[in-house]
Order: sequence, then structure tokens, then C-alpha cells
Amino acid sequence: MIADRVRKFFVIGFVIVFFSYLFGPLLLMSVSAFNSSAFPRVSPFECFTVEWFAVLAQDATLMEGLRNSLFIGFGVVLIAVPMGLAGALMLTQVNPRVRPWYYTVVISPILIPGVVLGISTLVFWDRLGTMFGASYDSIFYDGIFLTIVGQSTFIAAYAMLVFISRLQRFDTAQEEAALDLGATNVQAFRKVLLPFLKPAIGSAAVLAFLASFENYNTTVFTIVSESTLTTVLASKVRYGINPSISALAVVIVVLTLVGAVFYEILQRREAAAAKASEAVARGETATRAQQAALYADPAVIIALLVFIAGFGTVYFAGTLGVDECKVAVKEEKQRLARERTKMRQSLEMFKGAAPGVQTAPATTAPKVRAKGTEGYENVFAPSNLEETVDSDSPAQQKQQEQPEEKVESPGKSQFQNIFDPANLQQQSGSGGTN
Amino acid sequence: MSADVELNDVWIKFGDFVAARDVNITIEGGEFFSFLGPSGCGKTTLLRAVSGFLEPSQGTIKIGGQNMAGIGPNKRPTALIFQNLALFPLMAVWENIAFALEVRGMGKAARRKKADELLELIALPGQGDKLVHELSGGQKQRVAIARALAAEPEVLLLDEPLSALDLKLRQHMRTELRAIQQRVGITFIYITHDQGEALTMSDQVAVMREGIIEQVGDGNNIYDHPATSFVASFVGENNLFRGRITGIDGDYAMVDTNVGPLKARMTKTNGEVPLKFNDDAFVFVRPESLKFANGVNYENTVRARIAHQEFEGHFWQVYLDVAQAEKRISMSLVNDGQELGHETGSEVTLGFTPDLAVALPEGPLAAGE
Repeated sequence: MIADRVRKFFVIGFVIVFFSYLFGPLLLMSVSAFNSSAFPRVSPFECFTVEWFAVLAQDATLMEGLRNSLFIGFGVVLIAVPMGLAGALMLTQVNPRVRPWYYTVVISPILIPGVVLGISTLVFWDRLGTMFGASYDSIFYDGIFLTIVGQSTFIAAYAMLVFISRLQRFDTAQEEAALDLGATNVQAFRKVLLPFLKPAIGSAAVLAFLASFENYNTTVFTIVSESTLTTVLASKVRYGINPSISALAVVIVVLTLVGAVFYEILQRREAAAAKASEAVARGETATRAQQAALYADPAVIIALLVFIAGFGTVYFAGTLGVDECKVAVKEEKQRLARERTKMRQSLEMFKGAAPGVQTAPATTAPKVRAKGTEGYENVFAPSNLEETVDSDSPAQQKQQEQPEEKVESPGKSQFQNIFDPANLQQQSGSGGTN
Repeated sequence: MSADVELNDVWIKFGDFVAARDVNITIEGGEFFSFLGPSGCGKTTLLRAVSGFLEPSQGTIKIGGQNMAGIGPNKRPTALIFQNLALFPLMAVWENIAFALEVRGMGKAARRKKADELLELIALPGQGDKLVHELSGGQKQRVAIARALAAEPEVLLLDEPLSALDLKLRQHMRTELRAIQQRVGITFIYITHDQGEALTMSDQVAVMREGIIEQVGDGNNIYDHPATSFVASFVGENNLFRGRITGIDGDYAMVDTNVGPLKARMTKTNGEVPLKFNDDAFVFVRPESLKFANGVNYENTVRARIAHQEFEGHFWQVYLDVAQAEKRISMSLVNDGQELGHETGSEVTLGFTPDLAVALPEGPLAAGE
């Protein structure tokens, strides 16, 4: 009994830890995309905002990279999928004794580091370009072309693996039957083998696209002067990031989730349909339960989507007040800063109000400074500083107004504003917002 | 249209392995011809050579008098029905049937019409729009036949097409196949390891062992006049007595066996008897040829003890131990309403006439004999 409970505890604990490990970073990143804080972070969560998505959409270099990545992805699909198919078909045709060698050769691009593939692609096409005396704006030096070619070398091997596993389930007698019935080799391929391989072609294309889209190691060399999403991201990370990168991550995660969910729906529907038609073949009529199974999953998914949409709407309603929230956050920051200064100020006041208790240097020091300020015409006046520090932020303008309010305080006129709380406030305030 | 198929000195080798050796067979146009043999005897290989999926290492194959060397399977006037049928799972039934017409470029409407006609022929009218996996085993079988017939072959090749069916369906399909063959009137070449199928359907049967054709003949001939010990032991049940020839008397041989002297008929090949004095010989007697002597004076008698008997409805199966024989022998007696008359364990005398026994030269036997 106790052992059972302990085991259960550990299993649940492990599951929690495991999933936190898997999804924790994604979750934190997603949350940070909606935080108005200028640095991607979750805590403190300042204001809920979708402005980073707008920032993302306006980021020209990122969008350029994304466009290139999509283009390269499609290019890689167009090259790698037929290449993988050809490689897999070849594997079924070669002599069994040669087969292991052939397999090793065609699979090797997966084992070779992407960096090596990138450099070798670059060098190879450069040599080729030199041989033909091509100029630097010819195809031999075109980053997009080189990247498509370079990525295809190993992505074709991925596609081939997909095709091999599908081909292993192909009954070669079907091909023979087609030939026997008078089909040419091309007809047998087109009418019998290709329809059978259709699902694998789809899988291989998706796999090839994703592998291309996320590739960095090879791309960073072959892209030359162009950029892809991954290279832009990498350079951004190097030179400082903002939450628009988190926003991009959210977009990608959501797209992936939606894709996965729809794929699952399709799969289940097909399985249910196959089951139902097999039942028909056995002479049973499809039971209500089986028919219901055809529609159950879409219903669940629709409910889920409605829920997500509702959740989103509620949050969007909250974002309408995002500007007020930002102002509130800034005011809160200023208030905190003011409190800090007040504390310091009152400490000073306390020191000034009790000269008898204080030691001599403490009371003479401000006087010495006061003399200096007189002589140099307020050259160290805090108001001087106020004007040089960038003053277009409204919070700072407010701060500038504050000294006037406190002009009456006796210590100030006497010490020429040297202990003006705004001095400190400004320093801490500007440090906080930048 | 039906065509003769001629195999002349055909050898098929895979490295050191010989799948067919010196095969010489002539199959008349319109004949139902079966290759019968245990699995691995090379019959499927021979069929693939006829259909064009492999070339013989030596010898020629002629179909309709034309040498088929170098002609691919899609150019030969043959259609093959595969062991697993190899229907196209992603096509509807009618598309399967019309595949041969599609690759010839026939229009869709004409294809559909032809497919519907063939569906009538195989007694599956109106099932054209179903998918293959929605059909039962027997229906798939018939669709495979229709698909092959749609190609209008002169020779239809069938590679154990009934082996996947259950017994009832198999027996039904035998009659059906024979009926279809007679309706379309083309040459059928049928591969099987099931002697029942071969004997019931075929005009001619070739019995094969390890790539060698042991005997060619009609079912009756094969069963009653086996040419070799392999044929005698493979086709039907047979009891075997080993011995040595002590005399030849025309078509009959006197054999001194371990159960006593027996007289048996010999099968002539090319007008000559295969045995001579002092040869080692096998005497085969079918279970249904053995009778209880019960005082009748038979030329051949064997003393035996009843070990076990089974009542099978229309006949009795009786197993007997013979003192010097290495194997238990069996006899079947037609159930004519009479009692068997002998108890298990009792000593009996069995009798049979020389015409119902066959003496053959010693040779290889079918597995399990």
C-alpha cells in the first residue's frame, strides 16, 4: 500500500518534472511575448500587451529573413523530396550485396556536421564559379541558391528514410501485376507505386520544409550576404533582443499546435472511416457508435477552438487599457523612486535639524559646497543636468515640474537646490526606463 | 483466342541453385494445364518464366509459336493471377478490372462498360464502385480473375490462387474456375501443391520435384499409372512395400518384399517396362485397393493387425501394423451399410489383385513418406 503510494508519488513527480522540462521554456517565452517590459521576461509582469506582435511585423530584417526562409524551404522540398524518392527506389533495386554500402553512402550526409556541409557547398560552388569565370552576382554566389542546394544534400537523406519505411510495406507483386497487365514501367510507377507513396511524399515534404526552416549550421555559411530567419535571430540575440522574438516563437508554437491537431483529426478520421468500411465489408452495418466516431473528434476540436477564441477575446478586452496600464506602471515606478528619495531626504533633514548633536564636519560640509555653487553661477545645479538628460519622456517632464512645488522648503533656498530630490529621482528614473 | 505454350529444354538457375532442369512440355491451346508439386519444387519459377518476369538460363519458351526470349511481361499475351492476388488497394473494383484497358488508353466510359460486363461474368454485378478491402476473400479472387481476363490474354497463368481461401470456398472456386475457363476458352496454366485442385480441374497435370518434371498426364493417368515412386507417393495416399524383382511377366513384376512375394503391374514409359530382374523396387498399393481377404483367394495377400480405425461417414479408415514393414499401412473401405466385421487388435489377412498394385523402380519419395 505504502509502496504503491510512494511509487505513484514518484511517477507523478517525474511526469511533472519531465513536462516542465519540456514545456517550461516554451511557456515562459510565450508569456514574455505578452509582457510590455522592454526585455523578454515574465517577472515582473508589467502590462498585458500584443504590441510585440506589431513590432515583429514591422521588423523589416526579420520579415526579409522569414520570406527567404519560406522560399528556401519550398525550394528544398522541391529538390530534396524527389532526390529522396529516387534514392529510396534505388535502394530497392540495387544488388543485395551492394545494398549496405549504398545505404551508408546515401545516409552519410546526415552524419556529417552541418557546418562541414555548409563550408563544402560554399567552396564547391565558388570553385565551379571560378572555373566558369562567373561574376559575383551569378548563381554560383547566390546565397538563396547555395542554401537550397546545401540544405538539400542532407535533407534528401531524411526524405529518403521516410520513403524507405513506406516502400518496405509495398507489395512488389502489385508492380508486377501492373506490368503483367500491359502497363509500361512509367505507367506502373505513376498509377500504382506513386499513389501508394502519396502519404510518404506528404510526410517527407513537411519534414524537409521544417528541417530547412530551422536549419542554422549549414545556412550560416551558404547564405553569404542574404539572411534567413535563423541567421537574423542569431544576430539579434547577439546584439540585444526584445520580446518581439518571443512573439515570433508564439506564432511558430501556435502554428505547430494547430498543424498537429489537424493532422491528428485527419488521422483519426481516416482510421474511423477504414474501420467502418471494413465492418461494411464483413456485412455488418456501421453502428451508431462508429458513425459517431467520425464526427466526435472535430466536435472536440471545435469546442477547443471556441474556448481558445473566448479566452483570447477576454484577454484582448484587457489589452484595450494597455496604455493606461503602462502609464500606471511608470507612475508606480516614479512613486517608488520618490519614496526612496523622501527617505533619504528625511534622513538629511534629520541630520540638519539637530546640529548640536551632529559633529562639526557634518554641518560645515554643505556650507562649503554652497560657497562653490555661488562662485560658479550654479554650474552644478541639478536643473542643468535635467536639461541634458533626454527629456522627451513625459515621466521626466513631470519630474521637472516637481522642484517648483518644493521651492518653499527652507533647506532648498539655502543650499541652492543641491539636495533636490529630483536629482536622485532623475538618476534612478532614467536608469529604470532605459 | 488461345495459344499453345511450348517449353523446350528449359533450365532456370539462380547461382548454384537449379530451379528448373531440362523442362520439355507442350501445352495445347485451350487446355487447363496444372503444375503440381510440393512447395519449393520450382513450379512458380517456371510460371514466372512463362509470364516474362525472368528469363530461362537456357532453352526456349514459345507462346503461340513465337519465341518469347527478350519480350517483357507487359508485351506477352499472358496474364498472371498472383498468389496474394495483388489487387490495387487504392483503386475501386472496376478500376482494378479495367486497369489493362486504362494502360492501353481506352476511354473511361468504354472501360467502365467493359468492367461491368466482366463483373457480370464473375457474378459480382453492381459491385464496381466498392473498394477492394470491402470485398470478401472469394469476391477478391473473382475480381483478380476478371482483372486478368480484361487484358484478353491468350494464356492465363494462375499461381496457387486458391491457397488463401477456406476449404468450402476453395471447393466452390474450383468448379467456378473450370467453368470460367470453358466459357472463355483460353489456355489456363495453373500452379498448385494441392492435388485435389490439380486432379479435379485439369486436362493435363505435370508433377514436379526439385525442378524436374516427373510425369505429365491427365488426372486418371497420374493417379492410376504413376511413372515414378515420387508421383506414386505424392499424388493421393499410397502404401509402400520395399523389395527386389524376382521375375518379369509381361507387364507384371514379381517382387520379393519384406511382407512376402507380391505381383504388381508396371507403368510403361516409351513402351518399355522400367524394371528388370534383381532391381530394387517399390510396390505401391492404394488404401482403397486393399480388401479383407475373408476367405477369398487373392493373388497378393498381406498379414496385418488392426491398430486403429476411424469412421469417416462415407468410408472407414483402417490403420494396420504389418510385422516387417517399417510403416503403418492404411486401407479405406466404402461404408456400404455393413459392419466392418473385425475388431481393433485382431489379426487379419488383406488381399489385392496385381492390377491394383504398382511396381516402380526405387527412387525418391514425397516428404513424409
